[in-house]
Amino acid sequence: MLVLLGIGVVVLGFILRANPLLVVMAAALTTGLAAAWTPDADLATMYRAAVATLAAFGRAFNDNRYVSVVWLVLAAVGLLERAGLQERARSAVANVKAATAGRLLWAYFVLRQATAAIGLTSLGGHAQMVRPLIAPMAEGAAEAKYGVLPDRQRFLIRAHAAAADNIGLFFGEDIFVAIASILLIKGFLEQNGVIVEPLSLSLWAIPTAISALLIHGARLWLLDRHLARTLAVDANGRVTAP
Amino acid sequence: MITIAHAYVIGGLFFAGVALLSVADATNPRRLRTFAFWGLLATSFLAGTHLGDFGNGLLALGLVVLATLGLGAGRAETTSPDERRQSAMRRGNSLFLPALIIPAVALAGTLAAKQTQWGPMLIDPSQATLVSLVLGVLIAIAVAMVWFRPPALAPLQEGRRLLDAVGWAAILPQMLASLGAVFLAAGMGAQVGRLFSEFIPLEGRLVAVSAYCIGMALFTVVMGNAFAAFPVMTAAVGLPILVGELGGDPARVCAIGMLAGFCGTLMTPMAANFNVVPANLLDLPDRKSALNGVIRAQIPTAIPLLLVNIALMRFLAFPT
Repeated sequence: MLVLLGIGVVVLGFILRANPLLVVMAAALTTGLAAAWTPDADLATMYRAAVATLAAFGRAFNDNRYVSVVWLVLAAVGLLERAGLQERARSAVANVKAATAGRLLWAYFVLRQATAAIGLTSLGGHAQMVRPLIAPMAEGAAEAKYGVLPDRQRFLIRAHAAAADNIGLFFGEDIFVAIASILLIKGFLEQNGVIVEPLSLSLWAIPTAISALLIHGARLWLLDRHLARTLAVDANGRVTAP
Repeated sequence: MITIAHAYVIGGLFFAGVALLSVADATNPRRLRTFAFWGLLATSFLAGTHLGDFGNGLLALGLVVLATLGLGAGRAETTSPDERRQSAMRRGNSLFLPALIIPAVALAGTLAAKQTQWGPMLIDPSQATLVSLVLGVLIAIAVAMVWFRPPALAPLQEGRRLLDAVGWAAILPQMLASLGAVFLAAGMGAQVGRLFSEFIPLEGRLVAVSAYCIGMALFTVVMGNAFAAFPVMTAAVGLPILVGELGGDPARVCAIGMLAGFCGTLMTPMAANFNVVPANLLDLPDRKSALNGVIRAQIPTAIPLLLVNIALMRFLAFPT
């Protein structure tokens, strides 16, 4: 039961707003020590447990380097930003009359969900798509309509650009049969003696995917209404922020 | 054949370059710490396999100490807003093409490695997407260098500019994955399962379905990852109660249960790569708070969707 202290450390770290990296390391050491603790464990035993936990953490850290290798993408994205990619994205959208921030994000959201559903999860992402293209486009659409945006609305639009990427990905990818989460479910059930076809798992992800499409579509429609309400344009074409 | 090991070498050189440029940048108020942080990460990428488990553990501990003390951000050499606007006008919509090289190569490489005879000779099929992504990045950089003719160090400087914006959050996803491994080794899953089945009366379909779905979401909030929550909650509630006692269909229970966990991912700063990293990349003013703008934009979708998942499981997962 003591190993549950590890989760307690994570929750406590949340509440105290400690640096998340520190929380993760503290939770790992707490869990390792708690697992080794017995009423008659002496200091030498606990020291060995701490060393063993740090070694286990180090092994996993080394095995998971592939998670951080994606940062390489920042070198390419930065080069394109340097040449004005964000500015281009902004002005390209400003010329489309029907574009609003909400509609543009909705189009990206649908595209993200649809491509994830056929396994193309690498077509989006925050570093590759959202920062250089989608967020500037959504801001550009709003700017074309309302002029220079106040910070509040600008950051709201940016946050929604990231949200559209996440929600589109999460509730699209499970429709594809060979995605990690489907394979994890299949593997877990197999270990427990239940054989399921990946196809039947992805089939039952469809109702939730449709619900996500409807709910988030409504949210983005509300985003446009919110922007229209808070950024009323006066007769001279100036934004009157309340 | 190009494998993930080659990608690690390229990643290591990139982080080493960022570290060296940081230490040379007098505008960074904490340049030694910033140098040490990216330098340690570079060491991990270039030599991690030779450090041993305990050595890698000490390296991770060093990264944590440096991040807790605080990193600085320098002022990397880049173009001015005016120069960018002019370049955007001059080059027009063809600027979008190199941006599409990365996903296009990632996609083509993955398909080639998995679907063709010759692909596996070029790209390791077991890590096809990551290897292809790195290839795509290198090709995009090459195209940009030839086309824009920036200074030779520009890819490293631009990479440093963005990496400084992400900061220590860059390694949080990797650290969380490592924490998951330690939890697994300590038998955390079985303990949480016992806790759940001992203290919550799971009679009736609606109560049991709600406990499973909300438990998936809450445990995902704590762990930052539905993959960590799924085996625990499904072994504790999903299989024994929903499938075993109440006669639910395992495929439907698990498929919808996983998606209930994803609703939790939308609401937690522990899901660093989805919720914290974009807040940093987009310069949101509240990026350091637990409920940053990205998470607040997602909660009003996540909670209704969690309720929908509960309803869907209640009405779809019990065919008889």
